[in-house]
Amino acid sequence: MTAAWTLTGAKARRGKALVLDGASLDVESGEVLGVVGPNGAGKTSLLRAGLGLMPLEAGQARLGGRPVGELNPVERARLVGYLPQERRLAWNLPAVEVVALGAPDLTPSEALAVARERLERVGVSDLADRGVLDMSGGERARVLLARLLATRAPLLVADEPVAGLDPDAQLLTLDLLRAEAAAGAAVVVTLHDLGLAARSCDRIVVLDHGRVASEGGPAEALSPAVLATVFRLNGALIDTPAGVILAARRLPA
Amino acid sequence: MSPRRLELVLALALIAAAAVAVGLGESPLSVAQYHQALADPASAPGEVLWAIRLPRVLMAALVGAGLGLAGATMQGLLRNPLAEPGVLGVSATAGLGASLAIAGGLAAFPGAIELAALAGALAAGGVVVGLAARFREPEVLILFGVALSAFAGALTALVFNLSPSPVAIAEVLAWLMGSVENRDFTDILRALGPMTVGAGLCLYAARGLRMLTLGEEAAQMSGLPMARLRVAAVAGSALLAGASVAAAGVIGFVGLAAPHLVRAAVRDDPGKLQRPSALAGAVLLVAADLAARLIPTEQELKLGVVTALFGAPVFALLAWRAARSWRS
Repeated sequence: MTAAWTLTGAKARRGKALVLDGASLDVESGEVLGVVGPNGAGKTSLLRAGLGLMPLEAGQARLGGRPVGELNPVERARLVGYLPQERRLAWNLPAVEVVALGAPDLTPSEALAVARERLERVGVSDLADRGVLDMSGGERARVLLARLLATRAPLLVADEPVAGLDPDAQLLTLDLLRAEAAAGAAVVVTLHDLGLAARSCDRIVVLDHGRVASEGGPAEALSPAVLATVFRLNGALIDTPAGVILAARRLPA
Repeated sequence: MSPRRLELVLALALIAAAAVAVGLGESPLSVAQYHQALADPASAPGEVLWAIRLPRVLMAALVGAGLGLAGATMQGLLRNPLAEPGVLGVSATAGLGASLAIAGGLAAFPGAIELAALAGALAAGGVVVGLAARFREPEVLILFGVALSAFAGALTALVFNLSPSPVAIAEVLAWLMGSVENRDFTDILRALGPMTVGAGLCLYAARGLRMLTLGEEAAQMSGLPMARLRVAAVAGSALLAGASVAAAGVIGFVGLAAPHLVRAAVRDDPGKLQRPSALAGAVLLVAADLAARLIPTEQELKLGVVTALFGAPVFALLAWRAARSWRS
């Protein structure tokens, strides 16, 4: 079966700086792929280049088996839903209207029905009529996650979906994305919390300086050697009854 | 108030304002004369109402609606509540076109000034449409519009500077201050063409403006043809602004203030903001023109002067109230 999304040998620049230097990625339906790496490793660039939002100098990106550049906007939206890292919203629309923007393919009343259901799923159905600029950052993040879920796309790409969220909201976010994967979607998330990545992702790609430093199951991808060389941490993943956690301290410079 | 009810209220307000504006004027009519005007449009009072005041009121409504719609569209596209139709530089280049035509002695030919102003607007519009197709960032359009406005302003000043005749300068100045005086139905028809196309393009772009609430990248991934919608919004606003300046000179504040008057009622929704903004703009300009006619001054007040005189304080008040709500 064709992978939902593949990116091979990606090279890309932002301005003059090379931000992707041969990075690759592939994800299939039913799995949650975590993309981790230090600040500036190229995580966001990898997602943007793979979605056709950023030109590739070398390499190829395919969505549903087809080159990204050949897809028209409607075809691309049918294949992938994208939650950017940037959560700034321009206008103070009611939350339910913002979530409904995730389903422009539906009639307005259908889209609003989907939106209400997704708001309930992320646990903020009481905020449906509240203006999104009158919300806290965490509430707005949930609304935007609901907007992503409203796309009903077979590939969901979320850039830092848990940044700035409290622990409960972080776990809820990953649980909801895992549920989408269990229902057949392919899910890609970038994360900074390596423990959360290890416990929530089926596979992990570790990026460093625009290249893939390691890849595989959490234990394999985040081995002590990778933690030391990529993240400059002396640490290890530890299984606990409540799930995997990361125990680590900084390596001396 | 629901958006639909708001539109209804504004439409009724527009009809009322227009009726008052046709009924009242510099030359007061007796009850008998009103009767005569209604019974016989060809009579002298009928001429005053239907051939002098009515086209003037219709033109004010048309230009106000165009500016309101263009303002709402620009605010949505640029995701900036301070945007107005002139932000792209189109109004300034339209003014330049008109100034050149007046200074060049073309004012004697009917429609020549309007055509020159529209040509100026279209030239600038073409440039900004090209930019909009290439760049997604609103800042690019804003900065380029500032540059275009400044350059067109400098060239207009150059026209003054080099003009040998003070009469021509006075004419240009009077024209630039904006007016819908002495318009007839031919003028209205001439403005209607580009304005209809412009309005159609702006309304077509509405769903793109809504999607831009999420930011450029999410909008681009949404499945909507964002590049096409962006170009439609810019081209439509440029046409509306250009045709407005061509028809009535440079009229400030209506395009900026009209969307703000109705923004709260549509919950900030850039897609639902357009039609009420057009209606509000029309009401504002009909009222402003009535004020210009009725305020007893030696020289009739220019429409652009009235909108700025009343618009600026009202706008400051709106900004004050908005700032208070941001702070809380």
